[in-house]
Parts: sequence; structure tokens; C-alpha cells
Amino acid sequence: MEELLKQIAHCVEFGKINQASPYPPDLKGKDGADELTKKALDQGATAEEILTNALIVGMGKVGVKFRENKVFVPQVLMSAKAMSAAMAHLKPLFASGAAKRKGTFIIGTVQGDLHDIGKNLVSMMVEGNGYEVIDLGVDVNADTFLTEAEKYPHAVIGLSALLTTTMVNMENIVNALKEKNPETKVCIGGAPVTQDFCNKINADLYSPDPQGLVEYLDKLAS
Amino acid sequence: MKFKKLAIESMEDLCFGTAPSPVTTRRGLIIGGGKVYPELNFTLPPMHINDDTFPDIKNQYREIVRAALQRGLELYSEGIVFEFETLIEMTKNPSYGVDIVKVMNEECENYFVKHGLKSEIRLTPNDLREFERPPKQRTSGYLDTMLELFEEGAKAGGDLLSIESTGGKEIFDDALMHCNIREIAFALNVLGVRDMQMLWEKIAGIADKQGKIAGGDTACGFGNTAMVLAEKKYIPKIFAAVVRIMTVSRTIVAIEQGAKGPDKDCGYEGAFLKAITGTPISMEGKTAACAHLSPLGNIAGACADLWSNESVQNIKLLADMAPTVYFEQLTYDTRLFNQAVSSGKSDILKLQKYMVESDMYLDPQAFILAPENVIKISAEIVKGSNHLDAAIKGALKGISLIEDAVSEGRLKSSEMEDAYIPVLKDELSSIPVSEDEFIAEMDSIIDKTKYIKEEYGL
Repeated sequence: MEELLKQIAHCVEFGKINQASPYPPDLKGKDGADELTKKALDQGATAEEILTNALIVGMGKVGVKFRENKVFVPQVLMSAKAMSAAMAHLKPLFASGAAKRKGTFIIGTVQGDLHDIGKNLVSMMVEGNGYEVIDLGVDVNADTFLTEAEKYPHAVIGLSALLTTTMVNMENIVNALKEKNPETKVCIGGAPVTQDFCNKINADLYSPDPQGLVEYLDKLAS
Repeated sequence: MKFKKLAIESMEDLCFGTAPSPVTTRRGLIIGGGKVYPELNFTLPPMHINDDTFPDIKNQYREIVRAALQRGLELYSEGIVFEFETLIEMTKNPSYGVDIVKVMNEECENYFVKHGLKSEIRLTPNDLREFERPPKQRTSGYLDTMLELFEEGAKAGGDLLSIESTGGKEIFDDALMHCNIREIAFALNVLGVRDMQMLWEKIAGIADKQGKIAGGDTACGFGNTAMVLAEKKYIPKIFAAVVRIMTVSRTIVAIEQGAKGPDKDCGYEGAFLKAITGTPISMEGKTAACAHLSPLGNIAGACADLWSNESVQNIKLLADMAPTVYFEQLTYDTRLFNQAVSSGKSDILKLQKYMVESDMYLDPQAFILAPENVIKISAEIVKGSNHLDAAIKGALKGISLIEDAVSEGRLKSSEMEDAYIPVLKDELSSIPVSEDEFIAEMDSIIDKTKYIKEEYGL
């Protein structure tokens, strides 16, 4: 089993989604994360085992490479796709309560702002690290965040903004969330956002990059 | 493609300050007529925009313009363009946008009448249609709102009409993160082109009706997004350079539909537009580092007719408020350009040589902007049988130039970057020349929940 989990991790690290995937060339024609995950489940591996010892390991390795500028985002996205292919087999087990994700992360670009490349990148990195991600999209108001936070009371919330005139909307949302539940953790990011602004509006984390956020989530989850 | 040959065929003629088809404004600025003028851009500091704050906002805009004009007098400025790029609320409520144009125009007129200082306002409403996902490019009520601001803002004193249109962006953004050049070609050169054909017919119509100048568009949300992601090392710089080339046959549509220039500052594809169409352009480089980083600080000025700072928040710096500070920097930059112009062609080419050679071999995005490469790539673009074909031909030429420069050791690169060269060549070469064939192919691939093809006339 250990060898099989290593193979799955390798497929995730190098973005080998399934047998038909042309990349990476040295794995052409071989089973990918999709087939190998099914095989591991058939052989008795648990969903949590596969998630923890294969998928997160593979994503972790590609995440380190990304941080060290050894791969570009498309490679990370291929890894995320390989992970998703594997997760398709595991999700029913998580949904039934037979296995658990690391946590839930709710994210959205704040009201008045339509920029979502940064938000999407963060979503992908967080999901790839084993969290369930609820992406609320762009132009999201405080009420929507509150509604989702009520549905997922232990979720961490992420707010994104790219404009100086929309980042101010983060404050209303943080206030609303904290008023409802002071324990809710709120993370913020985006080009004009700073640590000072984070402190001022009483948010819990400002991170200039997705990796910093993942580290924070891992710390909360541990 | 309407343009079948280059307006500027020689790299020696692709210079700053002069364009084959200069634009004369209401107060007498001749853009592309032998001088480079500063184009000052600014935005608000973090604040809400609503009825309560609007008096303060209006006052901030008035003060920004007044202070720049006053500094302009002190620095013997020969002309200024102010870009008013509206924030979302100012487009959603056109009366906000129009009121701001009015106060800006009052200051411009005041300094013109009292002191003879020429200035104009470029009015750039933001593209609201993105608010709907998937966007309704043709049937959205937001389109009428944007056009209302164009019309009323032009009446209030907006003389140069521009927009950063976003047709195709709903497909482009994901495609960029995946470095999927096929989908990028579909977004830019099929969807973007069709959207701009519809939109710019209307904008040029408003400009004609109001006696104003249809300036131009920019693929900022496409090409500059790629550039910024490349700066963060999220995507290869070579990929961003290719995307930039592919924006040309999209942004040129504004001119095909009646825009006269100056093209907008944040569209670095402007250099190619100038070579192909002869219209003047605005560019931004080192003095726009307040808004975004780039590898194009000097080379961007090589053939600029307006020189811009892109955007700066209205905050206090040690010297003065930031827009005034940036106006001064732009003024000194343009003085240098204009000193070279007044000294003659050999000095123009000498200054341009330093601007070009100080950047071009350090980054492929700078390399393609060297006038010699702009001319070579543009010459391929105009051979295209349609906008898609033009983009592919230009991109393949750009890759070939980059590949040669890398293999000869002239252009800085890396193994990680170089790995994308053969992949891009293969992918681009496999895109059908026939738009119909390509559209049919992409229609079967693209997620239908992301875009509405009927909104692009497909």
C-alpha cells in the first residue's frame, strides 16, 4: 500500500491526472491519480489515508517548488487537477462522514470589486492543501458572508480586494462576522491591502501570498 | 483586419513624440505632433464613495487637477492630459462621473484662459459589464449606463474617450492561469474582437456626435495581468510576451471602428498600433511604478506620444500630494524627450537607443517592444487574413525572434522559461486559420456556464 500511495503522491506532484494525460511525458500511458486512487480504495486504503499520505504529500511538494520558483502556476494547477481527480473518489466518503477534511475555507472578493484572479489562485492552493473551499465569487456583501459563515461555523473566512475604494468594504464584513461570532477567523489579501490595514480593521491575518494563508490554516487546524 | 500595411515601415521612424496621424485637441494640444506630453492619472485613497462622501471626492479631484496645473505653470509645462478613469460607483451613477468631469474641466479651462496652459481630459469609464457573470456584453443594462457616461461626460468636458474593455475576460483569466494559449486566442482574438467591434462603433459614434475624439482601448486586463503574474513568477515571462503580441489585433479594433488615438497608457500593445495605424499612443514605464511593477521602465518610452504614471493614490508624500509629485516626475521625463526632439533626429534616436538597450535584453516582454522587433512583428500581423490569424502570425514571429535571441545568448532567459517555447510554437501553429473552424472547435471545449456566445454575436 505504501508504494501505491507514493505513486499517487508522485502523480499529484507532477500533474498526472489520469491514464490519458499526456504530461508528464515519462508517465505517458500509465495510470494517473484517478486510476491509482480507485485502486488504493479497492485494496482497502481509507479516504483519510489517501488524502493525508498521498494527495497532501504531492500537493505539499509542488507547493514547495512553487514557493521556491521552481515551477509556474500552470504546473500547480495540473497538480490540483490530479488531486481533484483523486478526490472525486474520496468525496462520497467525506460526505458520508466516513472521513474528514482538514477544515473549511470560505472566500470571496468583497462588494464592489470584480477582480478574481488572486482569489481563484488562493482557492486553488487552499483546496489543494486538503481544505474544503466555498468560493462565493466576486462582489460579495456582508450578508452573504454571514449566511455562509452560519452554515459552516468553524470555517475560516477569506476576503479579497484589488481597489483602494473596495478594500474599505472589508471592514464592514469583518465587523459583521465578528459581531455574529467573535471567534470567526478572517483573513484578508489583495494588492492595496497591508498589515496595518489588517490590524486597523481587526482582521486576523494579512498574507501577501497564498502560501502564507495555507501555513496559517495549517496552524489553526493542528 | 482593416490594416494591410504598416503606417511606419522603418524602425528609425518609430519614435517618441511623432506619429503619422497626430491628434489635435480642443485647446490645441497636438498629440503625436512633435512633442511628448505628460498624462497624469490618479485615484482616491481608501474611502467609500456615496452621497455623503461625494462632496469631498469632487473636491479631491478638483484639487488634484488644480495643483498639477499650478505646478505645470511653475515648471513651464507645454501641455497636460488628465486621465479620469472612473471608479465603479462613478460609472454606475453617471451623475457622479459627469460632476467630476465638470470640476476637472473648470480647472483646465481656468488655467487655459488665464495662463494659456493647454490641458485636456481623457474620460475612461470602467467596463461595468463584468459585474454580471457570465457577462451580458450586448444586452446588459450596464452597457447603457456606460454609454450614458460617455455621452454626458463628453458634453461636460471629456475630450478624449477611452475604455479598458473586458470582452472575453471571463474566458481569459482562467486560461492565463493555465497558460492555455488556445483559450487565450479565443478570448482575445475571437470574443474580444467581436465585443470591441460592437462597443467601439458606439463610442466612436458618441465622439463624432459630440465633436470629441475617440481615443482608444487597452488590453490592460489581459496583457498587464499576464505581465504582473509573470513579475510574480506565476507564469513564464515568455508566455506574457506572447500574450502581449496577441493583444494587438484585439486593441486595433478600436481604430478600425473610428478611434483616432491616443491609445490608452496601460496598453503596451500601443507601440504595435502606432507602427500599424500611425495613430499616436500613450505609454507608461518607470514613472508608473507607483501603480505596478514592470520590466519595461525605459523601453516603454521608445515611441510614446503621451507619457503616463498609470495611477497613484491621492495621498500626502514628503514633497506634496502624490499626484502633484508624479506630475512633476512626468514633466521632467517629457522635458528630456522633448529636448531630444528639439535637437533633431539623431538625438531622438540616441535617446531612444539608450531607453531600448537598457531594457530589451533583460526580459522577453521588453525585447518584443524594441522598435526593430515591433516593426518585424507588426509586419507579420498585417499579413493576417483575419484578427485571429493576425494574432497567431504575430505571436509566432515574436517567439521566433525571442528564440533566436535566447539561443545567441543575447536575451536573458532560463530553462524553465525556455521550455515553453516549443510548446507555444506547437500550440499556436495548430490553431486553424479559419475563424469558423476555430470557433466550432472551442465551442465544444469551453465551459458554457462561463460565457454567453450570443452576447458576442456568435
